[in-house]
Amino acid sequence: MIMGISSIKVERMNTETLRKEERKTSKTIRISGAEAIIHCLLAEGVDLIYGYPGGAIMPVYDELYKFQDKLTHILTRHEQGATHAAQGYARVSGKVGVAMATSGPGATNLVTGLADAQIDSTPMVCITGQVPRHLLGSDAFQETDIVGISTPVTKWNYQVTNASEIPEILAKAFYIARSGRPGPVLVDITKNAQFDELDFSYEKCTGVRSYKPVPEPDLKSIEAAAELINNAKKPYIVFGQGVILGEAEEQLKALVEKAGIPAAWTILGLSAMDTEHPLNVGMVGMHGNYGPNVLTNECDVLIAIGMRFDDRVTGSLDTYAKQAKVIHFEIDPAEINKNVSADVAVLGDAKRTLELILPLITKNEHKEWRAEFAKKYQIEYDTVIKKDIEPTKEGLTMGEVIEQINKASGHKAVVVTDVGQHQMIACRYAKFKESKSNITSGGLGTMGFALPAAIGAKMGAMDREVVAIIGDGGYQMTIQELGVIFQHNVPVKIVVLNNDHLGMVRQWQELFFESRYASTVMTNPDFVKIAEGYHIKSRRVVERSDLKDAVVEMIASKDPYFLEVRVEKEDNVFPMIPSGASVSDIRLK
Amino acid sequence: MVNGSNRCSQTIIDMERQWYTISVYSENNVGLLNRISGIFLKRHINIESLNVSKSEIEHVSKFTIVIYSTEDWARKIVGQIEKQIEVIKAFYHTDDETIYQESAIFKIASHLLFDERQIQNIIKESNSQIVTVSRDFFVLAKTGRRHEIDEMHDALEPFGIMQFVRSGRIAVTKATMPITNILEEFHNQ
Ligand SMILES: Cc1ncc(C[n+]2csc(CCOP(=O)(O)OP(=O)(O)O)c2C)c(N)n1
Ligand SMILES: [Mg+2]
Repeated sequence: MIMGISSIKVERMNTETLRKEERKTSKTIRISGAEAIIHCLLAEGVDLIYGYPGGAIMPVYDELYKFQDKLTHILTRHEQGATHAAQGYARVSGKVGVAMATSGPGATNLVTGLADAQIDSTPMVCITGQVPRHLLGSDAFQETDIVGISTPVTKWNYQVTNASEIPEILAKAFYIARSGRPGPVLVDITKNAQFDELDFSYEKCTGVRSYKPVPEPDLKSIEAAAELINNAKKPYIVFGQGVILGEAEEQLKALVEKAGIPAAWTILGLSAMDTEHPLNVGMVGMHGNYGPNVLTNECDVLIAIGMRFDDRVTGSLDTYAKQAKVIHFEIDPAEINKNVSADVAVLGDAKRTLELILPLITKNEHKEWRAEFAKKYQIEYDTVIKKDIEPTKEGLTMGEVIEQINKASGHKAVVVTDVGQHQMIACRYAKFKESKSNITSGGLGTMGFALPAAIGAKMGAMDREVVAIIGDGGYQMTIQELGVIFQHNVPVKIVVLNNDHLGMVRQWQELFFESRYASTVMTNPDFVKIAEGYHIKSRRVVERSDLKDAVVEMIASKDPYFLEVRVEKEDNVFPMIPSGASVSDIRLK
Repeated sequence: MVNGSNRCSQTIIDMERQWYTISVYSENNVGLLNRISGIFLKRHINIESLNVSKSEIEHVSKFTIVIYSTEDWARKIVGQIEKQIEVIKAFYHTDDETIYQESAIFKIASHLLFDERQIQNIIKESNSQIVTVSRDFFVLAKTGRRHEIDEMHDALEPFGIMQFVRSGRIAVTKATMPITNILEEFHNQ
């Protein structure tokens, strides 16, 4: 294998000078498939990729070495980390994240990230090496059918077996990943296609004839929606990530303000609207806010914008918003009437459709209706929120940690969360001024997401504060990515809310399995020592009196910083809609 | 889970179930069959019959898939199929809305053709054709609705069938497919 590479290299070096000449004179250059891959990435504006090398992708890594001044490759410590980093990068920047891996185990390690990006609509391109074409199907060393494996978890995938296909396929990959409802694309490239030469020229993809990324808005449906909204007594907006992906934040705000409609976010919609906006009433869903959940069943017009009525949002569909007329703004026609049937479906890009509807909306205030939300908030504040963020009991709560981070960061941080109780608490209490600031694994609920995603988020927004909030369980799923933080001095702030439990599962065991704590109690290592092992500045907080100071120190740090907070071991997250129950039956305790 | 009320709603759902023919117009792509079948797999829906062929437009393939399900599922599945990048358009239709056929071939020992009078009657009544006759066997081809093929099969079975195969359903719709314009556009490109 190695010999193969070096002999090709010699041949390539001889033509190197010649090729440089050619580059100046003609649009087409003769280069290897591997080099072509780099040119494609550069042409797509990629300057940062995450990945892990191995036999079947070595020709590309060899080119990455040569192009390192133009294209930075970050070696994550596991391919799953590469995908989550690419996701974090994509979610914060709106650009396509890129991850690369070798064949076989390298490729299969991408699957979780692909599934996560697929369900959360994150634009990502994964490039995998594959055994040479003549070995395909022979159970060759590190051969795995990654195209077959990744089909259900990709928006599109393709196996390149011919060098000449590379420019067109990669152009198509980027186009598909970023257009319409974004998603992950995997391109598997056989080793011979990396070595072989092609006449390279690059043209960006501007369309695929069988694929219509954005449906044309239908003015009739927009008029019908406007009429419903204008006549509504109790209109209610639930917005999702479609607003962020479609960059429709301004339009959403304008609609909310003009029509005086209370608006709530889904977990992925969080940060699309300033959390302090008086019309932003909180979060819907299983651990969302009280008012936004119960009032779903009291509104007369439910306006869903860029969200897909996930079961964690709706609870039992049989009792979800049955009294309301439903307007669904959505880019993906397959989402219409999938879970909740829409009285009016407004297909299209959220920015465009909201722009079109705005002039048709009459000004309104809906004071009484808004007061309902305030009343419900007060109930939730008294029974839940106060205890969470200003606790009087001895043990530290997750909520008060988030509250301190809000204060220290001035609502400006990007908050990256893992999966579990800490995630729900962070999404309930974190404050955001700016969009694209809440990065979490919503649809898949992938533990281990946060640490690598925070690395990607920081690299995608170097000027922003990035704080990762992680549970002691999930942290240990991708803890090795501390290596990246150390090696590249990525100044992310890592907060582990350590309750010595797989807290969320323990909570379910307590509530629904009579406190039989099967495999949810963990004996944890010394997390501070581990961080120190990676030469990351670190601190542990066990007492309330120490918390504020530690958080301030962490936020002020120019370098990466690790903070472990020992929180109450058996706290529960409330409110909660037990799975399968109605949003009206949300429990406050 | 299996309690009285659930069963009751299950029967209602069963009553709403019927045959649907899903027609998928797509680019001709290696991985697409896998992608499409995955959509059924993910929802635990059985594909009763599948046929892939070229369509009325050059370089456009047509999948004809038959499922037994509720209209709600048929609609959702078609939505998911249509979302796939290489799928141009997908439709679902009930049996009433389509003209559909299946084909079958039977291989039968030649001596039966002469020994068993009844077989000649079956061939005549079933409107099937003899494709070939050799010393050892003859081959019958039959095109028709599934139940017609089933009936013919049942009639021949007692005499012994050496080989039997039936194709997937192929269907055209009675109304025009709203695809035609799109395809023409492609054609002109
Ligand atoms: C990869 C993966 N495995 C299992 C789960 C199921 N799960 C959901 S939350 C959770 C507990 C998380 O524990 P921890 O990271 O300590 O967070 P906490 O809930 O304690 O805040 C588990 C096991 C999951 N979401 N992801
Ligand atoms: Mg925990």
